Amino acid sequence: MTQGPTQGTPPALVLDGVSVVRGGRTVWTEGDLAVPAGAVVGVIGPNGAGKTTLFQLALGLLPVATGRIEVLGAPPRRGNRRIGYVPQNYTAALGEAVRARDLVGLGLTGNRFGIRRSTPDERARVDDALRRVGAAGYADRRMSELSGGQQQRVAIAQAIVDDADLLLLDEPLANLDLRNSQEIVTLLGELRRERAVTIMVVAHDLNPLLPVLTDAVYLLDGHPHHDVIGEVVTEELLTHLYGTRVRVVRTAQGDLFTRSG
Amino acid sequence: MRFQENWLQILQTTFMQHALVGGSLVALTAGLMGYFVITRQNAFAAHALAHIGFPGATGAILVGAPVTLGLAVFCVGGGLLIGLFGKRVAEREIATGTILAFATGLGVLFASLATANASTTTNVLFGNLLAISVDQLWLFGGFTLFVVLALAVIARPLVFASVDPAVAEARGVPVRALGVAFVVLLALTVTMAVQVVGTLLLFALVVTPAAAALRLTARPGLVAALSVGFALASVWVGLVLSAMVDLPPSFFVVSVAVLIWGVVLVVTRERHGARPGEPVTGGHDTLPAVPEHTH
Repeated sequence: MTQGPTQGTPPALVLDGVSVVRGGRTVWTEGDLAVPAGAVVGVIGPNGAGKTTLFQLALGLLPVATGRIEVLGAPPRRGNRRIGYVPQNYTAALGEAVRARDLVGLGLTGNRFGIRRSTPDERARVDDALRRVGAAGYADRRMSELSGGQQQRVAIAQAIVDDADLLLLDEPLANLDLRNSQEIVTLLGELRRERAVTIMVVAHDLNPLLPVLTDAVYLLDGHPHHDVIGEVVTEELLTHLYGTRVRVVRTAQGDLFTRSG
Repeated sequence: MRFQENWLQILQTTFMQHALVGGSLVALTAGLMGYFVITRQNAFAAHALAHIGFPGATGAILVGAPVTLGLAVFCVGGGLLIGLFGKRVAEREIATGTILAFATGLGVLFASLATANASTTTNVLFGNLLAISVDQLWLFGGFTLFVVLALAVIARPLVFASVDPAVAEARGVPVRALGVAFVVLLALTVTMAVQVVGTLLLFALVVTPAAAALRLTARPGLVAALSVGFALASVWVGLVLSAMVDLPPSFFVVSVAVLIWGVVLVVTRERHGARPGEPVTGGHDTLPAVPEHTH
């Protein structure tokens, strides 16, 4: 089940009898799973099932109600530099004041107090992150001037600039057209190949991600489950998951995709 | 309105010297704070704090306390109250507006109870740079030093928390505490600026210069420098003009600030015409084009 090159390292995420309560409401219970290091994981489930909540647990922004959670071999804590995080819709809220380059730089030094100029090494790392996501060409533009796909690239550059071992991306393909979402998916595949980074992606639509996904965490009937992607993309499971008939189609070329009806 | 031949001599009088020093301190602080006010999308709070200062000033007159003290107490208190309200912009705007309205009502009440003469109330509403005393100058100096040093220390996490609160929080930045600290710094800035341009015109000194600077560039250091430069130019040119025609400086200070903003708007109109989502050159240079007929 695990990917070859990263065997031996602790799982990226372990839930052990975890239940989570938010605002008096039980979001989900009986979370028992282990996400192997190096996996590219689709986090799927209907609206309100608690996909973002899972990320907030991992980031240490929300405590578990019961059970034990481990992220990269340690209990979750706020400010964990080994996790890169891109929240849902967040680029939409960025004002005119911030350039792509500055936003990525904040991912590196944004939590440091005190009077200090950024060092040449820090600037080089920012340039490197921008280059890796293909955003070097608009590094000096304001975020508000960029298209949705460009903003998403910059957001991912910010998440990887500090060499995170786990990337948590919440709906990175939302509001992107077909071409831009394919490009982001290609980028995720490249990031995983370059470094043994674990990537977890919350997604509404599995199809664009299927080429790169190795695993899935799915929230079904109030519990999170984990399995390899091939076991998840089945008509029975997806139909049950989304509460509407889902068909799984394999093309002559061996490509897998799902469709409703 | 009459041109005063001896305006150069007027500029050398004690009250003009005080006005120049006091106005410069305020411009420095307001110009720097303006950058953060805009990145936090907090312009309305800056405006509201000025109005919250109004009952502080008239209340101080009522009980015979220094006006600066009354302003400071009410601005900091009002700022903390606003800071307690939610992170959501809509929630914050409503709370801020409600507190603003109540404060203004309270200010009117205090002013009438204190039977303050019309000119005292006018000074609070519209500012009177020419009435700044030596004591006030020392206080302004202390406030300025404190605000500038505090900003220097928290600048980076404050920018992070302002533009990107969700990620900042995940990265361990104390977003809530920084919000409160920011509002206190803003309250101190407003306390000073009210005495220069008054509660009604404050926006032009705390927000407008930074807004103009941000239209020209988004490089953080350059924005700060330009913003301070515009605020200083507004105060200096405003004072000279006021000496030339013997009228209160508030109008001229605000006019110069608005003029700079207007010119910058016109000059940068082309560049800011493009809306987000429209194609930007150099975007997809590293990736192969995907054929259009993907279905």
